[in-house]
Amino acid sequence: MDDPITSPEQGHQKAEQASRILETSRTFGISPEQYMLPAQQQIRMLDPDGSLVPEDQQGTGPGHEYPIPEDDVLLKAYTTLVAGRRINDQNYALVRQGRMAVYPSSHGQEACQVGAALCLGEGDWMFPTYRDSVAVISRGVDPLDVMVSFRGDWHCGYDPKVYRVGAMSTPLTTQLLHAVGVAHAAKLRGEDTVVLAMCGDGATSEGDFHEALNFAAVFEVPVVFFVQNNGYAISVPLSNQSAAPSLAHKAIGYGLAGEQVDGNDMVAVLATLRRAVHLARENSMPLLLEAVTYRMQAHTNADDETRYRDREEVEQWKRKDPLLRMQKFLTAKGLLDEAAETQIAAAAEEVAASLRQAMSAEPEEDPLEIFDHVYTEPTAQLSAQRAQLADELDRAHGEAWAGTEEGTR
Amino acid sequence: MSTATATETTTFASALNTAMSDAMEADDSVVVFGEDVGTLGGVFRITDGLTKRFGENRCFDTPLAESGIAGTAVGMAINGMRPVIEMQFDAFAYPALEQVFSHIAKMANRTRGRVRLPIVIRIPYGGGVGGVEHHCDSSEAYYAHTAGLKVFTPATVADAYLMLREAIDTEDPVVFFEPKKLYWSKAGEDLSALRQQYESSADTAEADSPRVGPTGNAKVVREGTDVSIISYGPSVSTVLKAAEAAAEDGISAEVLDLRSVVPFDEEALVTTVEKTGRAVVVAEAQGFVSVASEITARIQERCFHSLASPVLRVTGFDIPYPAPKLEEHHLPDVERILDTLDELQWED
Repeated sequence: MDDPITSPEQGHQKAEQASRILETSRTFGISPEQYMLPAQQQIRMLDPDGSLVPEDQQGTGPGHEYPIPEDDVLLKAYTTLVAGRRINDQNYALVRQGRMAVYPSSHGQEACQVGAALCLGEGDWMFPTYRDSVAVISRGVDPLDVMVSFRGDWHCGYDPKVYRVGAMSTPLTTQLLHAVGVAHAAKLRGEDTVVLAMCGDGATSEGDFHEALNFAAVFEVPVVFFVQNNGYAISVPLSNQSAAPSLAHKAIGYGLAGEQVDGNDMVAVLATLRRAVHLARENSMPLLLEAVTYRMQAHTNADDETRYRDREEVEQWKRKDPLLRMQKFLTAKGLLDEAAETQIAAAAEEVAASLRQAMSAEPEEDPLEIFDHVYTEPTAQLSAQRAQLADELDRAHGEAWAGTEEGTR
Repeated sequence: MSTATATETTTFASALNTAMSDAMEADDSVVVFGEDVGTLGGVFRITDGLTKRFGENRCFDTPLAESGIAGTAVGMAINGMRPVIEMQFDAFAYPALEQVFSHIAKMANRTRGRVRLPIVIRIPYGGGVGGVEHHCDSSEAYYAHTAGLKVFTPATVADAYLMLREAIDTEDPVVFFEPKKLYWSKAGEDLSALRQQYESSADTAEADSPRVGPTGNAKVVREGTDVSIISYGPSVSTVLKAAEAAAEDGISAEVLDLRSVVPFDEEALVTTVEKTGRAVVVAEAQGFVSVASEITARIQERCFHSLASPVLRVTGFDIPYPAPKLEEHHLPDVERILDTLDELQWED
């Protein structure tokens, strides 16, 4: 007879996930707790001046080891980083010129944006937020198709299934559950798709953050939760969001591994993300990565950052700029010279120029399209409303402008 | 598989259960999940036996979190599945509303039709079963008000089967309201015949088709000449009883079962009201800003010149759902419907 006090009753058996964590931690020769808890310090490979941090000070250790990516990957990361910064600044300018309604800039967070795109394979998925335009573009989506939503002519301008990039999500952390669902469907079909689920620090307060991490751990699906902790949720600092030692510490409560990385260190971000994606795929389990970074500009153009943070703080973060650090590192490593720099800058300028040009053209929206995608077939009421609007447009613009016959325009 | 003989023992619950297993049999991408739907077969046993028959990959229990259920359904649908999710009770579905309103309803429109979410959200709803608080809401108006969702609610055993099959097959998300007071109602329906009827019916809304289709395809379930009583879901059986009683008083009532709130079959509504010249709308939900309000408004807009009397409504009162021992005072019953019929202007 089992001792009723010490033997687990049915229903109280240790979850399989826990034993999976146990197995994984054993391969590293550490306890499950040591594996799930973040390393003692933020993972960092580049100093703010761009020099390589000595290995024993990178924060790595057993179970928390992150090999530095290959030279060609580092160079690609830098190229993408420069383009990303240029896109951020171009869009900021377009908003000021009134060519774009709004743009939530990731200026300062580009290392996270680029890392998110480069860590994934072609068959993997990404679920971004409204601040992740650069990540989405870096994954290969046409910049103009990404900007459609900020210009204001449609909510989402690209086909999520073609790029395996979810529609950029505005309701916070709701997309994390979509990521879990995509991974779960893939798992049921025996595919090893990894899904990167992105959110910010403020979003970790939302209920769906909790539900997504919990579902992912229970379903044992390969989702990498990637939190860009940029210090503020619009105006509210992290201290108002969480009393946890770090956001990465939240992982252990769900039975998954968490890690914290210097989000302005392109090398460390890429190394930790690539390792997380690899572990997720190999072991079919989720991980949580918190990147500590900084939003250098206001939340959006509608925000006044001077009301909640002082210039001094922003200046301090400027010194940790991910671009400069990476540039210095790669130059010292001999991977970057003036000629290469010029070429990279020119390529970035080309992206900006084509974006500028595309955004200066007036979009050709069809007002009648607002009825077309609500249902696979329009209801009788929607057909009537469509006809009403067509008639209004005909009267406003001259006969048959919109066309009362379907498909005229 | 059920035998081919029609019996009086086919329940609403078994019709729903068979609809799901037939859909799972027909299409590997149909998956069923929610709270207690696996080993237990659901608190109402509607998913009974599905896990055993199709395995834990096809019918499974989730952690206890409705937003998580709806949100992961979105992801699964994005990635090629056809999720059928169960919300355990009407009011327990509220934590999922953000996923339903902001994503399930809007994803197709947001992505210009590129990402459609063929999700069915099954919700046991309504009262009349002595349920405690949070177990008896009629929440259909919230969903019907949200563009992008279809809202079905069967009132018969046959429709339980036919409409759930259709909900699972449709590319649009469907909120499927199951009147819980009807779960154990029985009818002489042969499930094999229903299966055949469904599978041989074209996906159109011809008059004799069982399909809801793009129009809603409401059904006249009782012919009459003096007044049209428009209803749906759990109220239809009550309305039919009232119509029988009214006939004894010399009033010939026509009864229209909407079946689908969205799409909304306005033409069937107009046809019956123009025929009878009087209309009463019956629904369990609170009347204020309700589906009944919408039906009433449409009748006014479309049938004004055919009306011999103001359109009246018999609905739940505008109160939070009462405690079990008081619910009989709240729910529309035969008496209240008959009283309302009396209030119509009958003198020419």
